[in-house]
Amino acid sequence: MAQQDTVEPTRRDFLYIATGAMGAVGAGALAWPFIHQMNPDASALALASIEVDVSAVEEGQSISVMWRGKPVFIRNRTEKEVVEANAVPVDDLPDRMARNANLGADAVATDENRGVDGNEKLIVMVGVCTHLGCIPLGQAGDFGGWFCPCHGSHYDTAGRIRKGPAPENLLIPPFEFISDDVIRIG
Amino acid sequence: MAGHSNYVPQSAAAKWLESRLPVISLVRGSFVDFPTPKNLNYWWTFGGILFFVLIAQILTGIVLVMHYTASTDAAFASVEHIMRDVNFGWLLRYLHANGASMFFIAVFIHMFRGMYYGSYKAPREISWILGVIIFLIMMATAFMGYVLPWGQMSFWGATVITNLFSALPLVGEPIVQWLWGGFAVDNPTLNRFFSLHYLLPFMIFGVVLLHVWAFHTTGNNNPTGIQPKTKQDTLPFHPYYTMKDLFAIVVFMIFFAYFVFYIPNYLGHADNYIEANPLVTPAHIVPEWYFLPFYAILRAVPDKLGGVVLMFGSIAVLFVLPWLDTSKVRSGAYRPLFKQFFWIFAAVCVGLGYLGAMPAEGIYVVLARILTAYYFAHFLIILPLLGFLEKPKPVPASISESVLGGSGSGQPAGAVAAPETK
Repeated sequence: MAQQDTVEPTRRDFLYIATGAMGAVGAGALAWPFIHQMNPDASALALASIEVDVSAVEEGQSISVMWRGKPVFIRNRTEKEVVEANAVPVDDLPDRMARNANLGADAVATDENRGVDGNEKLIVMVGVCTHLGCIPLGQAGDFGGWFCPCHGSHYDTAGRIRKGPAPENLLIPPFEFISDDVIRIG
Repeated sequence: MAGHSNYVPQSAAAKWLESRLPVISLVRGSFVDFPTPKNLNYWWTFGGILFFVLIAQILTGIVLVMHYTASTDAAFASVEHIMRDVNFGWLLRYLHANGASMFFIAVFIHMFRGMYYGSYKAPREISWILGVIIFLIMMATAFMGYVLPWGQMSFWGATVITNLFSALPLVGEPIVQWLWGGFAVDNPTLNRFFSLHYLLPFMIFGVVLLHVWAFHTTGNNNPTGIQPKTKQDTLPFHPYYTMKDLFAIVVFMIFFAYFVFYIPNYLGHADNYIEANPLVTPAHIVPEWYFLPFYAILRAVPDKLGGVVLMFGSIAVLFVLPWLDTSKVRSGAYRPLFKQFFWIFAAVCVGLGYLGAMPAEGIYVVLARILTAYYFAHFLIILPLLGFLEKPKPVPASISESVLGGSGSGQPAGAVAAPETK
């Protein structure tokens, strides 16, 4: 017959657990510098914002600028592109969120929420496909916006994912106009 | 391992060493006297071939590091410096780059051999699992090595593969930035990949020793799948298998040398001779050939997270293979139905490799989905069911009986009786 023994904990048990706990905390504290050294360092964080003069970008032109090691697309869209972007009901989009760092996380993906406030033709987006990080080609694909050659994601003229494996619309970085012509990204 | 040795130290020096560190009897027990089934065919030589390739990769890698510079400013130029200026640099680099492909050719054959002859089945599950771990470390090592020349394929391959982790909910983005050490693949990424690319082969070496230890504890599997029963079923490893493995290694070297000296860039991509440019993605990025089947599985799924899960799942399923195969018979040689499904499975893997190299559109996507479904069905449906549905052929009573054509005592005229017992 199995007999239930409830043994009173001894001071030795306490010491055993306390030593083990101390060792675990110490190992964790020692491991953290070894893990954290791999995170973006001070020099990478220092490059986290850039200033760009957008006045020279004519209608129908795009420029790419480097921000945090990635391209940012700045496009002065044509009338037709804006009309096309506005013609799509938000409910038809695979990703209904605006993905605009300047707006709340719950902003919906209307063209107004994607473009630049007060200049609906201008659009500023991180030019990195939200699937696996390739650079989409401009004014290409089924929707006349951007097309990622790696795995076939099609974005529309507002940089919203319409077809293909990418889960999200192209991200809009935090930016602001610091003068009439110059924006600061980051 | 050491237990198999009947070594008795003779000289005073050997006795002195043996009583302090029994390394001579360990080596003799493992690689000289070790009783090995006498019917191993040439598919079994790929273990030795893999050991040779691992050593070759480590040696060529160590000397390449003497000339390579891990920095985004200098890496691409230093590889060209190796190719043009360093004495025999072209040879060392081509040996190392093609050696990676040879490693995967040999490991795929080695794995399919294990699958055909049921080498993963009890009692060799641990050997198999250690092998899958080696395969995973190999893939990580090869991936990071391909980044080091800092060409266009290096950069974009690194970008796509590290972005796989961004599919994870919540922790995805922080993990990717942690892997990069920044907000994109950049100098910190190159440096850490270089560090790990140097480390991981030595970890492979360590796991290889465990792998050998494990199947030397259980004994080798063999084409009949039945355990050796008497001394007549085995031969000492040396000279019988040292010579057989060495012969296979030399033949493999000829194959290897053909690539190195005649078509050194055949398995590479021209785009990798263009320096990395973070602003332009090449029109058609594909991984190295050995990743293509897994890449096809990734792209077959229209959902980002789903694709990543299935791709990792296609390797994870190998870990539980020993428990998915329900058949009591080990070797595929006595399993008529399994044999057919094995070859279908092998063809499906090759087919996935082909589809991984094709653009992800139209009929290729449809086919990739069908083959991906079959890949998983093979492990999760076919193998478990076959054990119950299949009627295996009778297995021979012993290895000797199978070798000697059933008579068990047949002996060529003039042959020395049981030379292996001498």
